[in-house]
Amino acid sequence: MANATAVAQHSFVREKILLGMSWKEYLRSLLTPTNAVATFILIIGVPLLVYRFAAGLGATTNLSQSAPWGLWIGFDMMTGIVLAAGGFTIGSAVQLFGLKDYHGIERPAILTAFLGYVMAVIGLLADLGRPWNIIMALFNFGTASVLFEVAWCVMCYTTVLLLEFTVPLFEWLGWKRIHSVMKKALIALTVLSVIFSTMHQSALGSLFLLAPTKLHPLWYTPYIFVFFFVSAIIAGLNMVIFESALSHRIFQSRADHHVDVDKLTIGLGKAAAVVMFAYFFLKLQSLVDGHSWGYLATGYGAWWLVEVVGFVLLPSLVFAYGARNRKVKLIRAASVVGVLGVVLNRLNISVIAFNWNRVDRYVPSWMEIWVSITLVTIGVLAYRWIVNRMPILRGDPAFPAEH
Amino acid sequence: MKIGRRGFFKIAAVTVGAAGASAATAAAAAHGAAEDGPGVLVDTTLCVGCRACEAACAEANHLAPPPEDANVFDEKRDTHEQAFTVVNRTEKAPGVERFAKKQCMHCLAPACASACPVKAMTKSPEGPVVYNPNRCMGCRYCMIACPFDVPKYEYGSNAPRVRKCNFCAERQAKGLKPACTEVCPSGALTFGKRSELLEVAKTRIYTNPDRYLHHVYGEREAGGTSWLYITDVDLEQLAFRTDVPERPIPDLASGALSVPPFVMTLWPPLLMGIYAFSNRREEIKDAESAQGKEDHHG
Ligand code: SF4
Ligand code: SF4
Ligand code: SF4
Repeated sequence: MANATAVAQHSFVREKILLGMSWKEYLRSLLTPTNAVATFILIIGVPLLVYRFAAGLGATTNLSQSAPWGLWIGFDMMTGIVLAAGGFTIGSAVQLFGLKDYHGIERPAILTAFLGYVMAVIGLLADLGRPWNIIMALFNFGTASVLFEVAWCVMCYTTVLLLEFTVPLFEWLGWKRIHSVMKKALIALTVLSVIFSTMHQSALGSLFLLAPTKLHPLWYTPYIFVFFFVSAIIAGLNMVIFESALSHRIFQSRADHHVDVDKLTIGLGKAAAVVMFAYFFLKLQSLVDGHSWGYLATGYGAWWLVEVVGFVLLPSLVFAYGARNRKVKLIRAASVVGVLGVVLNRLNISVIAFNWNRVDRYVPSWMEIWVSITLVTIGVLAYRWIVNRMPILRGDPAFPAEH
Repeated sequence: MKIGRRGFFKIAAVTVGAAGASAATAAAAAHGAAEDGPGVLVDTTLCVGCRACEAACAEANHLAPPPEDANVFDEKRDTHEQAFTVVNRTEKAPGVERFAKKQCMHCLAPACASACPVKAMTKSPEGPVVYNPNRCMGCRYCMIACPFDVPKYEYGSNAPRVRKCNFCAERQAKGLKPACTEVCPSGALTFGKRSELLEVAKTRIYTNPDRYLHHVYGEREAGGTSWLYITDVDLEQLAFRTDVPERPIPDLASGALSVPPFVMTLWPPLLMGIYAFSNRREEIKDAESAQGKEDHHG
């Protein structure tokens, strides 16, 4: 009996963790160039994170009295969260709007969202000066603060994503009973995910409402939270296009060949074209409403045009053209530009165009950059580890089909 | 900032604005109570630049003593984590110097306190805006929010605090004046009730119309501050921010803050409705046993 359990356990590790290989074979399979690069990044990055907590923010970052927020907020937090917007965008399309065709890309999107949030939270912990006091948010309700809303939504939404993720997790573990419970809960979880996302994707923008004299007039608008929400949807759509292409190529052997990725890509491209075109007009509208025409002739104006024309209007036209002429490759290329555009927007608002009228400029230190790259690497590695093992890109054959 | 509202914005403004209105009135009521709190009137025409206030502040708050060096005025200084107040100098005319000390303005509706998610920065009922490091998580949002660039951070520490003038709240609680106002030898700093100081300030301006600029800095800036300044030079020359809007800063976020309750009550029924609808559509389609789903995305 004891022996049988031992054997069962042994085969669990072998099948579920080591991908059916022995320890030796598995370790050998890890010796790839990609892993070498990742190891190099982590070998420096993880000690840097430790150093940050041992030596403080001043020793590791270029933050200053005039630049209280830098790369870790502007990229890890702002961008990490917006790139995770694919989770709720596709989740709601599949679960609520009945676009069942998109089911095949729902799980990878939710997984990306979950990992994106976990990375954002780690980045946030590194950035907080007194991270041990983060629990204070549970006891002191600074309800007049938008940041309070962000904190709570991030907490709740990360939990919701974790619960959504348990569906493939339990399939992987073979826990049928609890799996069917979680699967029934999926609709309710999706509703929750839309609520939390709507609130805090826009709330991230509202954070800057308090700084009308500090954020450049080309980016400051009283409706910044509307812009953040719409651009989060843009980020979601673009990420899903980009990610589905990537993961179905890299993980071909694990993917469900019944999913017609090209067809989905064209559909998503169409949606992205419409939303981005609307967003472009919103941006123009804010220019009119804020009477900030005059700034267009300045350096910041040129930069604003790069963002709005180069990374919003252009990809939206490419999406429209690609969707009409069924040029899937073009759509995928545009999605990369679209993702970069949202990243650029978040960095512009939180770092580049913030305190624009001061002479002292913030440039991140190499350590800040390295830590950010480290977090992305950890996210990608975790994604790969999970996709290689769990039913993310296709359902588990032992479990009934979704619909 | 003046905002024209049309098209899409109209819809957003109506939904958000309606809910935001109540929050704004609540905030306005809160300022009213603080109007009569303690304040300081700084008459920059009387300041002689002795920097006794800097020394007294450092002593009262156990900070590093201010530099003795006579060259300190050569460049504009800002407050920092070891100096809650600094005096700057400018020339009104060749040979005519003007000075002004800078510190936290103790806003009636402080942006820093409204930004703080954990109530580490708060406006005490007595008036001063005070900081509690035991609650602070070090997000530095208060620094982003303050329109006067006052809160400073201890980046060098591993248990960093936000540092700024606390209006000598402990001294005030004991019935003492703020340390800086107590030592001022020239009468440039007057401590008292804000409402009374405002009258003093205006009387000085009205009775000496040629001597002062007709503006009390702090009367309306950021919705009003406890520290008030009257001058005969543009305060920008003395390293003050003159671009501070008159609206209380917390009001700027009140519209956005009214979104969550709205989302929380409206989204669930709406989304479940959409779900029910799409589910029903699916059922009908199944019943008709349609071949191949039609392309209904995009
Ligand atoms: S001046 Fe700045 S730090 Fe002082 S109370 Fe006003 S917002 Fe807060
Ligand atoms: S840094 Fe501290 S005091 Fe300032 S907003 Fe954050 S938690 Fe509040
Ligand atoms: S009120 Fe107190 S803390 Fe503030 S500047 Fe004066 S002495 Fe310093």
